[in-house]
Amino acid sequence: MAAYDSKMFDRRFVLRAAGLGSVLAATGFGFPLRASASTAAAYPADAFKQKGEADAVKTLFGQAATASDKVKLDAPEIAENGAVVPVSVSTDLPDVTAIAILVAENPSALAALYKFAPGTPPTVASRLKMAKTTPVIAVVEAGGKLYSATREVKVTVGGCGG
Amino acid sequence: MTRDLDASSPGLRRRQLLQAGGAALALPFLWRRALAQDTGAGLYELQPFGNARLLHMTDTHAQLRPVLFREPSVNIGIGAMRGRPPHLVGEAFLKRFGIAPGSREGYAFTYLDFEAGAKRYGRLGGFAHLRSLVGRLRAEAPGGHAMLVDGGDLWQGSGLSNARKGADMVEAANLLGIEAMTGHWEFTYGQDGLRANLDRFKGEFLAQNVFLTEEAAFNEAPAFDSASGRVFKPATVKAFGDRRVAIIGQAFPYVPIAHPKRFTPDWTFGIRDHELQALVDDLRGKEKVDAVVLLSHNGMDVDLKLASRVSGIDLILGGHTHDAVPEPVAVENSGGKTLVSNAGSNGKFLAVVDLDLAPGSLRGIRYRLLPVFADLLKPDAEMEALIASLEAPHAAAFGRRVATAEGLLYRRGNFTGTMDHLLCDALRGQLDAEISLSPGFRWGTTTLAGGEITAADVLAQTATTYSEVYVQPMTGAQIRSILEDVCDNLFNPDPYYQQGGDMVRVGGLSYRCEPGAESGKRLSNLTLTGGAPLDPARTYKVAGWASVNTQEGKPVWEVLEAHLGRSGRATLSADKPVEVGGVAGNPGYGGAA
Repeated sequence: MAAYDSKMFDRRFVLRAAGLGSVLAATGFGFPLRASASTAAAYPADAFKQKGEADAVKTLFGQAATASDKVKLDAPEIAENGAVVPVSVSTDLPDVTAIAILVAENPSALAALYKFAPGTPPTVASRLKMAKTTPVIAVVEAGGKLYSATREVKVTVGGCGG
Repeated sequence: MTRDLDASSPGLRRRQLLQAGGAALALPFLWRRALAQDTGAGLYELQPFGNARLLHMTDTHAQLRPVLFREPSVNIGIGAMRGRPPHLVGEAFLKRFGIAPGSREGYAFTYLDFEAGAKRYGRLGGFAHLRSLVGRLRAEAPGGHAMLVDGGDLWQGSGLSNARKGADMVEAANLLGIEAMTGHWEFTYGQDGLRANLDRFKGEFLAQNVFLTEEAAFNEAPAFDSASGRVFKPATVKAFGDRRVAIIGQAFPYVPIAHPKRFTPDWTFGIRDHELQALVDDLRGKEKVDAVVLLSHNGMDVDLKLASRVSGIDLILGGHTHDAVPEPVAVENSGGKTLVSNAGSNGKFLAVVDLDLAPGSLRGIRYRLLPVFADLLKPDAEMEALIASLEAPHAAAFGRRVATAEGLLYRRGNFTGTMDHLLCDALRGQLDAEISLSPGFRWGTTTLAGGEITAADVLAQTATTYSEVYVQPMTGAQIRSILEDVCDNLFNPDPYYQQGGDMVRVGGLSYRCEPGAESGKRLSNLTLTGGAPLDPARTYKVAGWASVNTQEGKPVWEVLEAHLGRSGRATLSADKPVEVGGVAGNPGYGGAA
């Protein structure tokens, strides 16, 4: 790979930049500075231990989420590979402080939690493992309230196409 | 047959005219049948309309020669799709579309009296006959403004195409003059195999919904557009005089799931509504096209749902599910209405879409799905010569007689077909298995009782790039779970969770299926031949083919040939048929599965 070719600015570069951004967001860069009532700075071990999605959300945020079309959850209808299902969440809600992604049928529902410093664009993407057909839920914390979107991802044995 | 519908777009007028068209059109069929004994006179004489003509073919499955193909007697729609096109069979189909029983159209579009119809009206399709028809329809197009497009599954389905990895069909497609296409089985020749074919293909291969995986993008795998990651050109704009029409390609969304992932390791698929909407908006906003057409291999149910969610598409030219639907279905969405069509399979039909284009809008549209009757069309000499030259090197191997059919052998149907019954018998017998599984493909031609089965006929049911057989132990619980899983791919009430194709066929086992039941609970009474219930805990010896996992067995066509060669006669075992529940009165159920 040439170090100075124009590819610096292509998709790969953008991918890397995005990857870096999401690492920063995911590790909570800066969020100890603004400890809100509902987002503890410590690793939320309890929430990740909850079996069901409702319990995980309650443990994390102390409240339940309301479905909102302002939460954009992108996931395949049928997974090409259940071991690495691409899921992305974005929103145009203002004052986003956290995004959680949950996989209802997994042994522990909470799959990922991202916390946002003020001014960070609220867009995250991850690849999640799911052994069987399951609802995937995105929860956005914005302005102290919770909003969610749900999509079913089908995990199939495959084959037998037309 | 002409089935006209004049429609203005967008808004109310289209719907009114559609309905008016439907009512007025029942008459010509009855009239012609009464007068002319259905000689097919006037079938291809079309009244001029509009200022541009699209010709759409799809799912020919490499059938270069005219074929017999029996349409399904079981094509069940459940939930919102119950009784709606394409989920109509037999009399319900005839009634819905105003077609007379016993007519040419009745034979072409339905399974009714198939054997009598086959003897009376003969074979359909074939590329030499298609070329004659295409040539005539192009010549008659207003101002010569015509375009021929193909919806995919063009380069797979015969022994010849499998041996040549689709190269034969590229030659035929070029001579036929296909200007744009999308794909499905084309991908099963692998990324390199597809690219090699595309290098020789004179038309454009379009797919808005195929992207590089993140790994492949990172490793700089080739793509049409590295910024978006799109592997192929998503759309093309065709000029008809001063008017411009965008054709967007939509490849089969589930290639790496329905087929071995090893064929397309760098590519990821999906329906991709959002990306499609952005593309449509771009074509309308920036390119200022006058109409937008989606050339789709989604399958009709998926297209119907897509049409309700994506706005700005005038017409979807659909394929994959092999539904021969005489008139498009209008679907409402936030931007107006979208017409959804599906043009059948195996070269039996050619859709003629006449467009009346105005600046920035489609003023009217007239759609006809013409059956391609071989006896009514003079085969094109140049295409005949090409087909003969393509077939010549394989004539001895593929022309060899293998057996005689004792009864009608067909494949299409939701649960079973006699051809698959025969395949399941062959797998069990030759591989000494208790249970056999055979995929519910919708391609594969039909042979009449008493007809000769050649090696080419065997390959027309079996020729894929992953046809190796397997024998493996499975518990009763595993078998049940596989059957439920495939059943959900067929009958999930949400079309976006369906993959197309029919139920996996089983040998040595019968069951009851309730398509309308919830996922995972559709099957009951799983019973082995001999009467014992399938034991969830017991391990059974199961044979099958076309697995998505790599297999080491011999190709299934050798297994079928060996089975047939024993007696030289294709007879079926007495396996109990699938019992279908909850479908009484369903217009998609024509009796015994």
